Amino acid sequence: MKDSVISVKNLVKKFGSFIANDNLNFEVFEGEIFGFLGANGAGKTTTIRILSGLSEPTSGEVIIAGFDAKKQAEKIKRNIGYMCQKFSLYEDLTVKENITLYGGIYGMSRELIRARTNELLDRLRFHEYENRIIADLPLGLRQKLAFSVAILHDPKIVFLDEPTGGVDPITRRQFWEMIYETAARGITVFVTTHYMDEAEYCDRISIMSEGKIVALDTPENLKKQYDVDSIEKVFIKIARPVNN
Amino acid sequence: MNRFLGFVKKEFLHIFRDYRTLFILFGIPAAQILIFGFAVSTDVKNAGVAFLDLSKDETTQKLTDKIISSGFFRRTQNLISYNEIEDVFRKGKTKEVVIFEKDFGKKLLSEGKANISIIADGSEPNTATLVTNYTTAIIADFNREISGIRVNNSGLIQPEVKMFYNPNLQSQHMFVPGVITMILILICALMTSVTITREKEFGTMEVLLVSPLKPIQIILGKVMPYFLLSFVNVILILLLSWLVFGLSVKGSIILLLAESMLYIMLSLSVGILISIVSSSMQQAIFISLVGMMLPTILLSGFIYPIENMPKVYELISLLMPPRYFIIIIKSIMIKGTGFLYVWKETLILLLMTIVFIGISVRKFKVRLE
Repeated sequence: MKDSVISVKNLVKKFGSFIANDNLNFEVFEGEIFGFLGANGAGKTTTIRILSGLSEPTSGEVIIAGFDAKKQAEKIKRNIGYMCQKFSLYEDLTVKENITLYGGIYGMSRELIRARTNELLDRLRFHEYENRIIADLPLGLRQKLAFSVAILHDPKIVFLDEPTGGVDPITRRQFWEMIYETAARGITVFVTTHYMDEAEYCDRISIMSEGKIVALDTPENLKKQYDVDSIEKVFIKIARPVNN
Repeated sequence: MNRFLGFVKKEFLHIFRDYRTLFILFGIPAAQILIFGFAVSTDVKNAGVAFLDLSKDETTQKLTDKIISSGFFRRTQNLISYNEIEDVFRKGKTKEVVIFEKDFGKKLLSEGKANISIIADGSEPNTATLVTNYTTAIIADFNREISGIRVNNSGLIQPEVKMFYNPNLQSQHMFVPGVITMILILICALMTSVTITREKEFGTMEVLLVSPLKPIQIILGKVMPYFLLSFVNVILILLLSWLVFGLSVKGSIILLLAESMLYIMLSLSVGILISIVSSSMQQAIFISLVGMMLPTILLSGFIYPIENMPKVYELISLLMPPRYFIIIIKSIMIKGTGFLYVWKETLILLLMTIVFIGISVRKFKVRLE
């Protein structure tokens, strides 16, 4: 068994009387691609915000990369990358300036930033765009760049909150190839998505409904368990949307 | 520290890459100074005056010349009858009609007095008051001249009115401090609130909050460039008003700049507060413009004297930071007074800054939840 990098025990998050996360328990292992599914309003975003330190749990124990989310939030921040649903690069800065900025924010040295920038531009075949501002790039390229920037500082875990929303199928495919490469480097990928075909690519998935995790296993096992041929059908069977 | 500097650099890039931001930062203040200084002048200069001279003698001619040559007036027309008066006002160029009665000169000689009517265009009350005051003053002066010649009246008292601090009653003396006060709070509050809400809207704020940057570093990093640029702005405005209007700072420039820094800090903290309570850029712009600009113009004593306000407004104006800064800047710029005379206002501004920053830091933490 690999080492656990995310360990959540009895996590509860309440907003007033509304329970957004109701006693969650799960573990994510090193180098794993963990799919975090659920209908809108099921509580996914709340969980991802707690795991990435944007929000504090009401109760329960959350250990990220070996650090306690309550007491060592600052240390956690250095060890995670984050790319959110909304676009997360600065549109009026160039590709290079964005990379330098994030490298700087994560305390990387100038030499390291320069080396990583070259490496990254090589990998994405991005050299021609180096000095273009982000607003001039197509959405697909921006998303790839945003992901690369999110893992620039070599975090232990990267959180991706619906990273492929609004992106064409070809780019989505390339994006997932990047995710595989990242996982192969030993970086754990924690990803939320609404595309069920993407869920099939994950090592393990969890499905949330009304604040609870109602299923957690490999895609194959879940399909077997519910006796269907796709994750989409599993999802429809168990994840009833809230208020509907 | 490197983290922070990289972040500040990025903020400068945002500003310099967006020509609209630059225009708002530097173009608008310059335009305001020139507009208020030249166009919105409250002095009378070349006001149109028409004469209805029913006497046409040497005395009326002299008095007419005296009025015209004073520099305040410009002859628009010579009227022949009363019927034309309304017409000439309707055309709009004439602000005042001076009427000499029939046999004006003769009556003055034989009876020692004669009548003049002054009719002013009351649709512009301010101008009307000014114009009639000026005219009566000129006539009074003329009165003294002729009485002096005729009876050699040595006991005649000649009042001489002089204005302290602003001897020529130049309106720029009033407007430059006002414009600085208004521009600073507007630009600082508007710019910072927009720049912070922009990060929220574009989703980059979340990325920053997830990063090892501390919230206080984020706020400071966002505010720092505007602090520096606003300070440059103050210097530019002062230079501009010196070069164009010849208005120099009477008191200590260092004190003035130091007070400006305090006021900029206060304005920035207001901006941070606005950005925290508003969720979109539009909302931030709206709150800054409507919430800051109108009260600043109307309630700070910039245009309307606070003493003349109804009690309620006077009490509201006590909460307006610009009110205190206007007092400070006027004292230093025009009267040349030192810190001893403005320490109370300075203290109030300082307290306000502390309160605003305190609330902001508190609220910013709450938003992280």
